[in-house]
Amino acid sequence: MELEHQCQCAQIDEEELYPKLIEMIEQHKGKPTELIMALHKAQNLFGYLPKKAQEIISERLNVPISTVCGVISFYSFFSTVPKGRHSIKVCLGTACYVRGSQQTLERIEKELDIKVGGTTEDRRFSLDVVRCIGACGLAPAMLVDNDVYGRVKSTKIMDILKKYE
Amino acid sequence: MNIVRNHILISIDAGTIMAGARAVEDALVKELIKYGLDKEVSVLETGSLGITGRGVVLVVYPEGIYYANVIVKDVPELVEEHLLKGRPLKRLILTEAPKRTVITKEKTGLLKEQPRIVLKNCGFINPENIDEYIAAGGYEAIAKVLHNMSPEDVVNEVKASGLMGRGGAGFPTGLKWEFAIKTPGDEKFVICNADEGEPGTFKDRLILEGDPHKLIEGMLIAGYAIKANTGFVYIRGEYGLSIERIEKAIADARAYGLLGKNILDSNFSFDIFVKKGAGAYVCGEETALIESLEGKRGHPRNKPPFPINAGLWGKPTLVNNVETLANIPEIIRNGADWYRGYGTDKCPGTKVYTILGHVQTPGLIEAEMGTTLKEIIFEYGGGIKDGKAFKGALIGGAAGAFIGPEMLDVKMDFVNLREYAAALGSGAILVMNEDTDMVDMLKSVLHFFKHESCGHCVPCRLGTARLVEIIDNIALSRGKKEDIDNLFDITNAMKAASFCPLGQSVSLPVSSALKYFRDEFMARVF
Repeated sequence: MELEHQCQCAQIDEEELYPKLIEMIEQHKGKPTELIMALHKAQNLFGYLPKKAQEIISERLNVPISTVCGVISFYSFFSTVPKGRHSIKVCLGTACYVRGSQQTLERIEKELDIKVGGTTEDRRFSLDVVRCIGACGLAPAMLVDNDVYGRVKSTKIMDILKKYE
Repeated sequence: MNIVRNHILISIDAGTIMAGARAVEDALVKELIKYGLDKEVSVLETGSLGITGRGVVLVVYPEGIYYANVIVKDVPELVEEHLLKGRPLKRLILTEAPKRTVITKEKTGLLKEQPRIVLKNCGFINPENIDEYIAAGGYEAIAKVLHNMSPEDVVNEVKASGLMGRGGAGFPTGLKWEFAIKTPGDEKFVICNADEGEPGTFKDRLILEGDPHKLIEGMLIAGYAIKANTGFVYIRGEYGLSIERIEKAIADARAYGLLGKNILDSNFSFDIFVKKGAGAYVCGEETALIESLEGKRGHPRNKPPFPINAGLWGKPTLVNNVETLANIPEIIRNGADWYRGYGTDKCPGTKVYTILGHVQTPGLIEAEMGTTLKEIIFEYGGGIKDGKAFKGALIGGAAGAFIGPEMLDVKMDFVNLREYAAALGSGAILVMNEDTDMVDMLKSVLHFFKHESCGHCVPCRLGTARLVEIIDNIALSRGKKEDIDNLFDITNAMKAASFCPLGQSVSLPVSSALKYFRDEFMARVF
């Protein structure tokens, strides 16, 4: 029962956001070329791209829904499944790899009991892999939301993640 | 007027912000007020000082003393010792401070240190203050262009400078501009390619964070030269601070009338817009970038037609890299002859490198074209870390080439490296010490390509998947002898048949790794 209750909450929250989305993408109305900018805004708002948001964008920007889906699936930035409240992105770019980011990743997978692309049950964290975030001087690097953490040692990971509720 | 005796420049870039640069800055200001030194000592924000991975970095002038790994707790001691008592705080001094100049070789063989070109202002001015850029000679070049030069003059000057595109391929910039000016069309576009996705490369990010107005001025000059009125900066979505700074710079330039209608009372109108990428390596390729700008999936287009003939919305479009455009204002201001004073005959100017991996001082440097790898690693990078031996380097990011010690003395420029079947690429230099496992390195590179292959064409989509299978087997010492040949065959087929440079360039890291480190691969196959 409790689970179901949580789901409804999330849906109610989302419903409230749609008018805001429409307002935010008003400037892109009727401009198919600004699809990516509109998707960025929607993803910022919802944390992912719910089907209804895709439909709204499709209609407002005058882009077929198939094209919207195609663009979303192409870019790694966009997600169609709900993500955790905080996103962890571990860099596996060459410079980070050589400094041991694979071990960092495995440690996180073990500690949070999720795999790459997954979200923890309490929706606190989702885990992804990125290829180079341009913080190579700080290798191995990882991103938690918009914060970059450099020289991440696998022993320090839980200390970092503690800060994010 | 009060006279300032010390300037503290604190680096505010993505790396140092993470290390707490803003908190240190606040603490500095408060501590100076406490001692009544706030009128004598000024604290200034600037872009990257070229040092990475050393926490908060700041430099105190006029002494030019670098402090690294500064935390808020250190601030009272730092202010009391250095600024009140005049005794530099030895504990935090960065002894191996990076070179902030370009070392050039005179004809006599003597070495001379010259000012930097692209990074001239990085780490000296406040990137968020347009007045500081103007005070450093900024926007002089666009004034000169608008009032004293015709578009053809500008193109000729850039041609004479011998500038080559710094995005990786090294195509002569002047020639590209000439094509653009000759292409008929009532509407043309200038695109700045800031979709820097090559692993190990962050030079464009630091240029954008450290000196965004230079890029705007470069784009203005390009726009005037090819008769375009609109410019786009296509920038990686991950580069939050760069986006913030370039957007602020554009707004400030608009407010000063340096963007918009009738710039500086001329007939020339130009404006710039920022577009965010969404995480696709292939969008660094110019036609894929244009597709993405149009709001579509970033699939590369067929070439020809080249963007210069039919680019954004089918109109003639000039696509240049950040570093290329950042060279332009200095070339115009000082002239092509001055520019040719740097670098080699065939490849003049300087190159910005990001030097990483097992070196003493990883970071951002600017070196003259033709500088050898040995000089870059040992003069600029401080040598190999922990007294280990040099084993190899990966030059130009994932789409670059592995090289061994025998290449240390080769002059690095676009033309020369081509003769050695290597490439300068994006200017990333990943240095590896004797302990590095080359099979593992190549494995990481191939996994990268598999992940980033966009799936548009078969050779790249299937090729990268097969390469990953093979290298994973070799890494587990389960490979067969013929696997080595298969690696070659697959990459050769990809080189010949892939649609865009992504698939074509995989052969470079594979063939070079096998050329210099074949033994390591042979030891793992049976």
